[in-house]
Amino acid sequence: MNRYGNYIVAGVVLAALIGIGFFSGKFVLYLAMRVMILSIFAMGYNILFGRTGLLSFGHAAFYATGAYGVALSAMHLHSHPLLGIAMGIVAAAILALIIGFFCVRHTEIYFAMLTLAFGMMVFSLMWNWRDVTGGDDGLYGIMRGSISLGVFKIPIMKDSHFYFLVLFFFSVTVLLIHRIYQSPFGLVLAGIRENHVRTEFAGLGVKRYRLAAFVVSGAFAGLAGSLSLLLESNVTPFAAHWSHSADPVLVSLMGGMQTFSGPLVGSVVFVVLREIIERFTHNWMLWFGLILLAIILGFRGGIVGSTAQLLKRSAK
Amino acid sequence: MMESLVHVCLAGISAGMFIWLVASGLTLIFGVLRVLNFAHGSFYMLGAYLCYTCLRYLGVNFWLGVIVGPLGICLVGFLIERYLLRQVYDLELPYQLLLTFSIVLICDELVKMIWGAGSIGSPTVPGLSGSVQIVGRNFAVYNLFIMVVGPLVAIALWALLERTWWGRIIRAAASDREMAAAIGVRVPGLYTGVFVFGAWLSALGGALAVPYIGLLTTGMGEAIIINAFVVVVIGGLGSLKGAFLGALFIGLLNSFGTRFIPTLDMFLTFILMGVVLLWRPQGFFSGVDQ
Repeated sequence: MNRYGNYIVAGVVLAALIGIGFFSGKFVLYLAMRVMILSIFAMGYNILFGRTGLLSFGHAAFYATGAYGVALSAMHLHSHPLLGIAMGIVAAAILALIIGFFCVRHTEIYFAMLTLAFGMMVFSLMWNWRDVTGGDDGLYGIMRGSISLGVFKIPIMKDSHFYFLVLFFFSVTVLLIHRIYQSPFGLVLAGIRENHVRTEFAGLGVKRYRLAAFVVSGAFAGLAGSLSLLLESNVTPFAAHWSHSADPVLVSLMGGMQTFSGPLVGSVVFVVLREIIERFTHNWMLWFGLILLAIILGFRGGIVGSTAQLLKRSAK
Repeated sequence: MMESLVHVCLAGISAGMFIWLVASGLTLIFGVLRVLNFAHGSFYMLGAYLCYTCLRYLGVNFWLGVIVGPLGICLVGFLIERYLLRQVYDLELPYQLLLTFSIVLICDELVKMIWGAGSIGSPTVPGLSGSVQIVGRNFAVYNLFIMVVGPLVAIALWALLERTWWGRIIRAAASDREMAAAIGVRVPGLYTGVFVFGAWLSALGGALAVPYIGLLTTGMGEAIIINAFVVVVIGGLGSLKGAFLGALFIGLLNSFGTRFIPTLDMFLTFILMGVVLLWRPQGFFSGVDQ
């Protein structure tokens, strides 16, 4: 697809999302927000996974940190949502910097195990530190305050208003990550994935780039977590559990981890398919597991990658 | 105080033995196949559920359940290795990990569909029910039995690997796959065999855990696999001796942790895992045996 084609697709998607915001019912609105939040999580994650080639099993910790950041700042500081989101992102990024500092010393399976260990440390802290995090009950009943911008206030209590805040952050994320992938930084990350030894010989500090990718993806996870807290108004330690870290991996894999729009498409399929399947059975995870098996065994490009290949082949 | 210390120790050791049974299979499979198997906890869970089914619905003796349950899992392991895992040996690490992870999802849901959450009071284990007095407190005879079984399995594994022809073949394939194939070892078949054997060990742990835990849930697989991961990391991926000592250590650490510093429950385990990975990523016993 050429460049203009991509712009047209992006424009159509944006128009459709705005349309959903104005005209659809509560349920579709809620689903669309869930899709966008998961997309932010997965696209940010994919900077590390698809781009840099590092498989992390600890990103749920940053997601949860974002959520707890918003909740705690709403409870103790001020209920301004933008302040909360900023706190959430900063907290997640700092945590990612600390954890990443240790984790990027290893690659492959040891990296995965290290991120798993650190993620579970965060999980157990949230689980046990009852005075601050509410223990296994988590924090709940967090109200969405209105966004006051000096002279005027934007109320976001209603879902139909909050939707546009989510859409705003979603669009910013897509643009930012697109920029990152086009930038020299993004190209170095791809170089590390393809051949880290050569990248090192080219005079680039591979570890520092890995750490940077780790922190950036952690910050996006924090943003996703913050938004999810504002949407659901509660958070429990299970947001940080390792099995939740698998979500962005699976979504990226399903959509196509080597493509830009893969995590996006994966998120749509993940959320929508889940709703559809759960209408009929309660065994969503079973079907999801089977789909994953099929993708790993047969369609490793994911949905986007495999479709692109098919199109290319038919064009010949 | 003294009595309570002894009992905390005993509880830790018996809990550690279940982790050992899962970790032994996990580390054996990693040592030979180079695949870290997320689904290993599912084998443990399935072993427990199959044993439970034998007790509850077929009304057989507990020991028969312990034999039949794990054998059923051998079949599951065989199918998984032959038809799924074999396709991804040459692919990158994420595909292997995620393949085993999707098996976890499928197993969890299948168990939920078939069994729901199974509750079993305490099935009578012929000859091993009741408790004995140890330094002034009651201790279940069954737990003592587990503390004997664990080391026995360890000794049997050691003898198998170090003293038999089969063990030599397995060690050869573990240290150099191509060389082993060149001297005539049928490596694909061996891989299947090792995977099935590892699955059996884990399922044996699950079946033996039935009288121990009392309530079977789909979370039990995930709970034990995470402990087994910690154990094989501490002991060194691929090392059986490391897995045994690591399991004992983690069992005791959990037991003492929940007794004396309950606020740091779990946290200690993962701190330990992180520190070992950073300081000695090869673990404490790698290279001693393979």
